[in-house]
Amino acid sequence: MTLAVKSLLVVAALALGGCNNPDRYGTGGPGGSGGTGGIDTTGLGDPSNPSSIAYFNQTVGDRVLFAVDQSTISPEGRAVLTAQARWLMTNTGYAAIIEGHADEQGTREYNLALGARRAAAVQNFLISQGVPANRLRTISYGKERPIELCSTEECYSKNRRAVTVLSVGAGV
Amino acid sequence: MRSPVRSAIRTLLALALGVSLTGVAPALAQNAPPRIVIGPGVIEPMPIAVPTFIDEGGAGEYAREVSRVVTSDLEGTGFFRNIGEEAYISRITGFDAPVAFEDWKAINAQVLVTGAVSVSGDRITVKFRAYDVFNGQVLEGAALQFAGTTQGWRRMAHKVSDVIYSKITGESGYFDSRVVFVSESGPKDQRLKRLAVMDYDGANLAYLTDSGSIVLAPRFSPNGDSVLYTSYESGFPRITLMNVGSLERRTLDEQAGTMTFAPRFSPDGTTVVFSLERGGNTDIYALDIGSGGLNQLTNAPSIETAPSFSPDGSQIVFESDRSGSSQIYVMAASGGEGTRISGGAGRYGTPVWSPRGDYIAFTKQNQGRFHIGVMRTDGSEERLLTASFLDEGPTWAPNGRVLMFTRETSGVGGQATLWSVDITGRNLKQIPTDGPASDPAWSPLLP
Repeated sequence: MTLAVKSLLVVAALALGGCNNPDRYGTGGPGGSGGTGGIDTTGLGDPSNPSSIAYFNQTVGDRVLFAVDQSTISPEGRAVLTAQARWLMTNTGYAAIIEGHADEQGTREYNLALGARRAAAVQNFLISQGVPANRLRTISYGKERPIELCSTEECYSKNRRAVTVLSVGAGV
Repeated sequence: MRSPVRSAIRTLLALALGVSLTGVAPALAQNAPPRIVIGPGVIEPMPIAVPTFIDEGGAGEYAREVSRVVTSDLEGTGFFRNIGEEAYISRITGFDAPVAFEDWKAINAQVLVTGAVSVSGDRITVKFRAYDVFNGQVLEGAALQFAGTTQGWRRMAHKVSDVIYSKITGESGYFDSRVVFVSESGPKDQRLKRLAVMDYDGANLAYLTDSGSIVLAPRFSPNGDSVLYTSYESGFPRITLMNVGSLERRTLDEQAGTMTFAPRFSPDGTTVVFSLERGGNTDIYALDIGSGGLNQLTNAPSIETAPSFSPDGSQIVFESDRSGSSQIYVMAASGGEGTRISGGAGRYGTPVWSPRGDYIAFTKQNQGRFHIGVMRTDGSEERLLTASFLDEGPTWAPNGRVLMFTRETSGVGGQATLWSVDITGRNLKQIPTDGPASDPAWSPLLP
């Protein structure tokens, strides 16, 4: 399964599961139920429609990656986030939760703090580009929710991420 | 009510049993008692004999099971070697019958433990004597009687072991204790976690929460009545306080836009120190549980986390990456910048002050490997006790001589298990759990 399809399913689960609880890894989401069966991916909209969540995830890019122990946004990351900010300012009906994640190379506590730092770095960048602060929230999952499971740098580099997860609604 | 909850309550009722304690025989003075000094260097396990306890009425299987738990506790320390029944020359026929010490000497037993169990209704009485086989005398203070309900029979066996261990090592015991931890299931990217509690040896497992939301790093209160942990139940990580008896729980400090984690009690149980993250920056705070008063202890743009009080409550050891990598610092309990104590190569985290005050245990990460280690409270005498792909989060046994921690294997099928090791690096072993498990926290010795 490609990354894009995976995140598509995950976000679909969020869109359908309601947004009162931002922890999309809880019982109601794919993390808790152990599967994504029965989820209607149409909740993300048509990926060719530039106002859809699917377009945001696939074309704009919903995530940025970080170096080991770092929360500095790379030049590639800046380009993605600049596009995210532009999209969010055009599509004002969406709010976002920025999830910060770490790889498994670190203690649980440190990685929670590090994930928060990464999420905040993204949030601050988006605000600096003009996205209203009241449409953005952050959460850290530390090393609790890797997307790649191997224990090598190839996977770690994809797990050190901040993901901008959209939901319908003007504020969070 | 869910069944795990019922079983938790049942277990806790058993814990609440009143264990009464009376002397069995007068203590006698002696010259050179059998003695194990816990310290560096090779220790030859002391040969002991624990013949099956005598059934003094209605004990049935309890007599055998109590002796089995005592044997398992003592052998599990690595300091004792149990002599099998097949080697016995004579038998113990009655608790007060004369002991043929020559027969126990002949099979090399240094200590002989005799005991008796009686059961009447739901009441169980366990009494024992531990003899110095060489001089035929009862070890000073090692002749006691415990009484309680049959549900608590394992606790009585652990209390027998605690007395014997402490008489021979001069250290207090740790067998009559519990461990709260996170029980895990599911694949690495969809891990389900729930709080569980068990005896230190894995018996009497009970679940405290369901797996509906992520729970992390539980910690016992100083009297063992409640547990602090981090929960995603609200959607965001929040420190939560649970009464282990009633399972009632409440979130501590809910400021919007913040995340709280890494909680730990002060030694007097009135204060919680924890990490609070705001705008991406994590600092250490103290919360007065009674009043709800919040006090910021560190104030730096770096990550300050994993605080742990010294046993006298005057200092706090914590982790900070202000130098560019995670290192261990000590500050006054009132807060401040602190003094760095870790100095070796690599990154240091999760410092925990020993209940005896003499060491700080920590997680160390160096050259792609993780270690559990101990150092003096000034950072000297660093000693690494373990090495693996991922070892983390040490917790102290109540006597400050054994550590339990999480060990996780690598790769797609990676799983966490609980392990223990003594502070000299000996006796590394896995703790039996139902399935994968992480984040153990040892209770104090039960009353």
